Amino acid sequence: MFQRNYETVFILTPVLSDVQMKDTVDKFVNLLKEQGADLINVENWGLKKMAYPIEKKTTGFYVLVEFKADPTLISKFEVELRRDEKVMRFLTTVLDKHGIAYAERRRKGEFNKKSETKEEAAK
Amino acid sequence: MTLINEPINRGEIRKKYCRFKRHGIKYIDYKDPNFLLKFVNEQGKILPRRLTGNSAKYQRKVAQAIKKARHLALLPFVTDGLK
Repeated sequence: MFQRNYETVFILTPVLSDVQMKDTVDKFVNLLKEQGADLINVENWGLKKMAYPIEKKTTGFYVLVEFKADPTLISKFEVELRRDEKVMRFLTTVLDKHGIAYAERRRKGEFNKKSETKEEAAK
Repeated sequence: MTLINEPINRGEIRKKYCRFKRHGIKYIDYKDPNFLLKFVNEQGKILPRRLTGNSAKYQRKVAQAIKKARHLALLPFVTDGLK
């Protein structure tokens, strides 16, 4: 069946305990798995300060999920994201071939070294 | 009051180039605010092409990436003294 690469970043409210945060992230990850998506990568960026307050909170727990899925699955996934009030905000994007290449390189940690020049920063 | 035909010296006018074409950057990541800060002015507004020197195609990609970053609160919509 036709699968596309997607990546979703969502922000959880900081008031949760670590256990709750882990459960919420696992809930969405399992939800994806059940519906036939294959996970590529799940990254917890942890508590980050946000550029502007969302729902009166200035920090948020960022989670990045990269997966390959059937396009019809995305609407169900987003309904779940909207329904869960612990998720303050989410953004799902499709990855074209350049995006997939970039995500691949990012996972290999090519961009983590501080001395990266601007070409590598976004290539 | 500068005269009409007096050449205004806008600093050394060097040929601007599109950094994406030159360095072969194909994908602009909306999750990387440090890189996007180069295309945003002090107030967090998107810089026009004539200042960044980007080509139209990549300026659109940069604008889309910045708007996605703003949605995820990685970049502010409006602020002062961003840099």
